[in-house]
Amino acid sequence: MTDKTTENTETKAASAAGPKAEKLIVSSSPHFLNTESVPKIMHTVVMALFPAVAASVYFFGFRALLLVLVCVASCMLSEYWMQKIRKKPVTVYDGSAIITGMLLALTLPPSFPVFGAFLGSFFAIVVGKQLFGGLGFNIFNPALLGRAFMQATYPVLITTWTSPRTVGHAVDAVSAATPLALMKFEGKLTPLMDLFVGNVAGSMGETSVIAILLGGLYLRYKGYINWKLPLGYLGSMAVVGGAFWLADPARYPSPLFHLFAGGAMLGAWFMVTDMVTSPVTPLGQWIFVVLGGAMAVIIRLLGGLPEGVMYSILFMNAFVPLLNKHTRPKVFGEIKTEQS
Amino acid sequence: MGHKTFDRGIHPSYYKELTSSMRVETAALPKTVIIPLQQHAGAPCQPLVKKGDAVQEGQKIGDVQAFVSAPVHSSINGKVKDVDLAEHPNGSRVLSVIIDGDGTSREWKAGGAPMDTSALTPEFIRDTIRDAGIVGMGGAAFPTSVKLAPPKGKAIDTVLLNGCECEPFLTADHRIMIEETDKVVWGLRALMKATGAANGLIGVEENKPDAVEALKKAAGGHSDIRIIVTETKYPQGAEKMLIKAALNRKVPTGRLPLDVGVVVNNVGTAAAIFEAINHKKPLIERIVTVSGNGIKEPKNLKVRIGTTFEEVINQCGGLAGDAEMEVLNGGPMMGVAQTTLTVPVLKGTSGITVLTAASIKPLKYDPCIRCASCVEVCPMALMPYRLGDYGRTARVAEFKDWAGLSCIECGCCAYVCPSKRPLLQWIRVGKLRVRIEAARAKK
Repeated sequence: MTDKTTENTETKAASAAGPKAEKLIVSSSPHFLNTESVPKIMHTVVMALFPAVAASVYFFGFRALLLVLVCVASCMLSEYWMQKIRKKPVTVYDGSAIITGMLLALTLPPSFPVFGAFLGSFFAIVVGKQLFGGLGFNIFNPALLGRAFMQATYPVLITTWTSPRTVGHAVDAVSAATPLALMKFEGKLTPLMDLFVGNVAGSMGETSVIAILLGGLYLRYKGYINWKLPLGYLGSMAVVGGAFWLADPARYPSPLFHLFAGGAMLGAWFMVTDMVTSPVTPLGQWIFVVLGGAMAVIIRLLGGLPEGVMYSILFMNAFVPLLNKHTRPKVFGEIKTEQS
Repeated sequence: MGHKTFDRGIHPSYYKELTSSMRVETAALPKTVIIPLQQHAGAPCQPLVKKGDAVQEGQKIGDVQAFVSAPVHSSINGKVKDVDLAEHPNGSRVLSVIIDGDGTSREWKAGGAPMDTSALTPEFIRDTIRDAGIVGMGGAAFPTSVKLAPPKGKAIDTVLLNGCECEPFLTADHRIMIEETDKVVWGLRALMKATGAANGLIGVEENKPDAVEALKKAAGGHSDIRIIVTETKYPQGAEKMLIKAALNRKVPTGRLPLDVGVVVNNVGTAAAIFEAINHKKPLIERIVTVSGNGIKEPKNLKVRIGTTFEEVINQCGGLAGDAEMEVLNGGPMMGVAQTTLTVPVLKGTSGITVLTAASIKPLKYDPCIRCASCVEVCPMALMPYRLGDYGRTARVAEFKDWAGLSCIECGCCAYVCPSKRPLLQWIRVGKLRVRIEAARAKK
């Protein structure tokens, strides 16, 4: 028997067949679903970001926590405000705005002004997300768009770094260069162990590889990220970075340095894997991460900026609709000669 | 793992333990049966009886001169109360023969050993199957005799019996494989003889080890029959998915299994073929799993075709509570929700699943977050999130271009969607729009 193909929503049984018949629910199959939901996914991502937030507080002190709170509050307020204006259901508590706020804060230098963080978060949600139509409709990762906005509006402050409290200077944090800037402009390489633990200057949440890995692996364990996205992106960075290194080891850093420095880890585990702004097809995902990773390294080594992760992801975000359209999987049983 | 399977698919909760170890009970003889003249895919039957006629159990009461069709038979002794439109489990009203029983029943048995299948002719087997009104008992209800008469030039090398039963809750096929093992194997041999196929396979999911064991034992003497243990994964029992798992062949888009040399039949159908040929018993009863969290005493019941859902449910302790429920003809993944309990059990009713309101899907849904879950599970490798949008927004050309018509309606996409979007419902709407457009173009 074929299914009834009408657009049925919940319709109570019309005929009074028996004493119980008036209590029948009618809906279209499948009738039971798994227990996943958008808030469940988003709140799991929030949980996964906690190690990185904790590491940033450990290395950079209370100010890091303040910036995270400001960004999250600003994102949630902006989301609420925009949804009210757009007369849409308010979904502030679904967790997606919290993720944007946390991610944005983690990409900022610890000394970044509070008002700037507030403004950047506002831009991320309003322009990066709600103007596109809200959750699911944005082309670009909102947190990265917010950071790109601040890069333009606060070009100096956003590249003013302080060394972590744990580097034995005085009580006051001192201004310092990031490992990527040291590499690019001074040709100095930071020890890998410091990069891995996070004992270096840089954006708040980007410095500790291990904290980000913890969160990323937790997400993988929960099944919310496709392994090919982070590993493909990092793998591509390693291969392209490694090619430069092999060509001229004196001038270019090793592949491991690329993976451990700057925003590579945070980008790979939390931004490349953003469901909304990454492709849905297997081939599209490969193209997305391979080109993205390559571009990040090329910007780092040949471009004017020390760091290329942000722009590489934003750039590839723009191609996602095209990738989804032109990399559709071959349908089961599709005949090869058939023109589609 | 390591068992044969297809690509993608899902692992839902199965709840089979509710009934999987319960022996089949014979349901009480119904006082009244409603026998729709269309229970199968294809042309509806014409009634052969009229109001007031006396009918015997097993008497043919509807038939038609069409290739793709199957006759229907009275499932009880009694008198025709009416021939009229009646509610059908597919949601429409169908011309049906309503029979009041006289409370008597007959035996369907034959003395001696089962016939030797090698002594039968393919024509005899095909004709007996058609005459007995046998259709696919896994749910699709496609007339079995039609599958056994492939067009000239198409050779069948394999008969594949489907014992996967991948729908949650359902255990009817599981019980048939355990309790009627010899009938299943005999039916398979008859099907092989009818099609001239050299190989017979029985595909069973690995969550039914007792069935695998029983089948292996029963088929032990036949070197041309093999039991294929597949991974427990939904929709492993979909014809195309089972052929892929068992034989690593892919049925091309828009083609049939016989295009790759295979005929697939349900294990219950094979058992019915045994009875049709050896006991001259038409398809007048079947095993139905009555289960779900809305049923007081889940059971496997042998039910006469035409018994109302209400009567069947009452024999299983009734509905659990007075709250709102969803009553399904079939399982929770592909079953059809009923608007009334006066609908009859059909030849294709493998189960009656009753779900409480709390366990069924919510009606609210969120925006698509492009999580790719639906793309990752679609066994046909479609892009359901896209097809759903095309169906919903009436973009018929795009719907066709993105292979919407290849959808087998298994429901994996909607099952995994974290936004709870009714993807399959929208895809069905898309298919309907394609059909409407094609009908308009013809005019």
